[in-house]
Amino acid sequence: MGSLEPSIAEWRAHVSQATGVNGHDVEELETHLREQIADLGAAGLSEDEAFLVAVKRLGDVDEMSREFAVEHSGRLWRQFTVAPESGARGTSAGLLRALGLAVLAAIAIQVPRLVGMDPAALETFYARNASLLVLPFLAWYYVREKRLTGAQIMLTAAPFLVAGLVVNLYPWTAGSASELVVNLHVPVALWFAVGYTYVGGAWRSHERRMDFVRFTGEWFIYYVLIALGGAVLLLLTSFLLEPAGPETVEAVLGWILPSGAAGAVIVAAWLVEGKKSVVENMAPVLTSIFTPLFAVMLAASSVLYLVSDLASDFNREAILVLDVLLVVVLGLVVYDMSAREETDPPGLMDRIQLVAVVSALLLDLIVLSSMIARIGEFGFTPNRVAALGLNLVLLVNLVRAGWLSVRFVSNKTSFHYLERWQTAYLPAYGLWSAAVVLFLPLVFEFA
Amino acid sequence: MQIDKDLVAASATPLVLAILDEDESYGYAILKRIRELSGGEIEWTDGMLYPLLHRLHRFGFVTAGWRTSPEGRRRKYYAITEEGRVALADQRRQWVTVTTALDDLWHHSQARPAAEGAS
Repeated sequence: MGSLEPSIAEWRAHVSQATGVNGHDVEELETHLREQIADLGAAGLSEDEAFLVAVKRLGDVDEMSREFAVEHSGRLWRQFTVAPESGARGTSAGLLRALGLAVLAAIAIQVPRLVGMDPAALETFYARNASLLVLPFLAWYYVREKRLTGAQIMLTAAPFLVAGLVVNLYPWTAGSASELVVNLHVPVALWFAVGYTYVGGAWRSHERRMDFVRFTGEWFIYYVLIALGGAVLLLLTSFLLEPAGPETVEAVLGWILPSGAAGAVIVAAWLVEGKKSVVENMAPVLTSIFTPLFAVMLAASSVLYLVSDLASDFNREAILVLDVLLVVVLGLVVYDMSAREETDPPGLMDRIQLVAVVSALLLDLIVLSSMIARIGEFGFTPNRVAALGLNLVLLVNLVRAGWLSVRFVSNKTSFHYLERWQTAYLPAYGLWSAAVVLFLPLVFEFA
Repeated sequence: MQIDKDLVAASATPLVLAILDEDESYGYAILKRIRELSGGEIEWTDGMLYPLLHRLHRFGFVTAGWRTSPEGRRRKYYAITEEGRVALADQRRQWVTVTTALDDLWHHSQARPAAEGAS
């Protein structure tokens, strides 16, 4: 007698360590184990025998943990620490590769200055090519980390090549609006190319797409943190250098800032992979602070716009700001989803999200109608087409997301379909950006 | 006779949904019922039931909740939802089609050896 409890405790500790299995699962498995032991005991087995048989029937822990991990890939993301496959080699090799690529990106961004391009041309060059100088290194990092095949590497390289050709060879009119619009869309389109390498080429998988959403959100958080630290560092540096004269300060900052910003892109990505558990504690907190705030802000402003006549004289800047706002809200909502335990019943946060989505939808409709009025009055311009397209892309998403949210909150459907919709829709943003980059300048004859 | 592993895997979802369609239940009881129904010939690794139940939960086919049973045991009970019933009906149609087709074939092949023996 009395040997059963320690055995069960030991078994519990062992199972708890398995990847993909969380506390509730262990509890559920333990109730199973205990019922089995009780039944076997009733059939005449001793406690020890019953325990052994019951554990054996539950099956191999590794195999079971694999099944749990497949089912809950979101958890896996949080439980994995560094280096998925070869544990011994992984960390330091990954770190070295990341640091090497960060340095290369930092150098690459300076090449135009090093070869002595004149300052006036430099500005246009950076506006067009900044992402092309940095993101290939990030893509290469994942090409190596995820061991992409030759064909997949070619497929990744293609968008970078095409974007490089488009921004540098299209015969732009000086200071044209379509050039500005294209410069804004190139980084977005290329980020999706990086996404292709991040998911290891398995872009059809909804789970991997969700991983990419998580990655994007967490990369952003890390990048902002690094940027804040960098700003403090630069501020102190400029104080220290002040006696040497403002030219020195400017010169030093002029070199450090772009290189630092470029290198941080890679370092932030490495941090996301390496320190998942750190952000895991931070991300849900951040989203649960900001989602309600955004929901309130959106709801209040959509009501304000509805009851007042403010929307009738939206200027271009206001429309742009609203577009950015909608993108941020949608990003927040999707990122929220990626951090959520799928099987939880609808709760307060889901209702707040619904408020955010519905308000965003209202705002989007207001923007859209004002924009259509402007187009009716003044005709199409590159800016208006880009903004209109983005609005329509967002509108489709919000309508469906709002509908599914209503059904989920009223218990008519499961969260799974809500999440599915967002991951299914993900490529639409990349495709739209790519379409803007490729075709918009042609339609407007580079004006 | 042991049922082939792939067949066990394929039949897992309809079996579990059909059992839950009778009444809500918990992991251990579901496994017991499956053993009972198949005379012990459908043999599951017990631990594999739980990831399956969680998947069904994620799809919204079942609901889940911890409760204390009348005998004082804490258990996680699963109950089928409307969506689960729809899924089960769909599975049922598929299985009936397969078994009918097989039945027809085996009816013919039973007749044939007898005919050959006579010639």
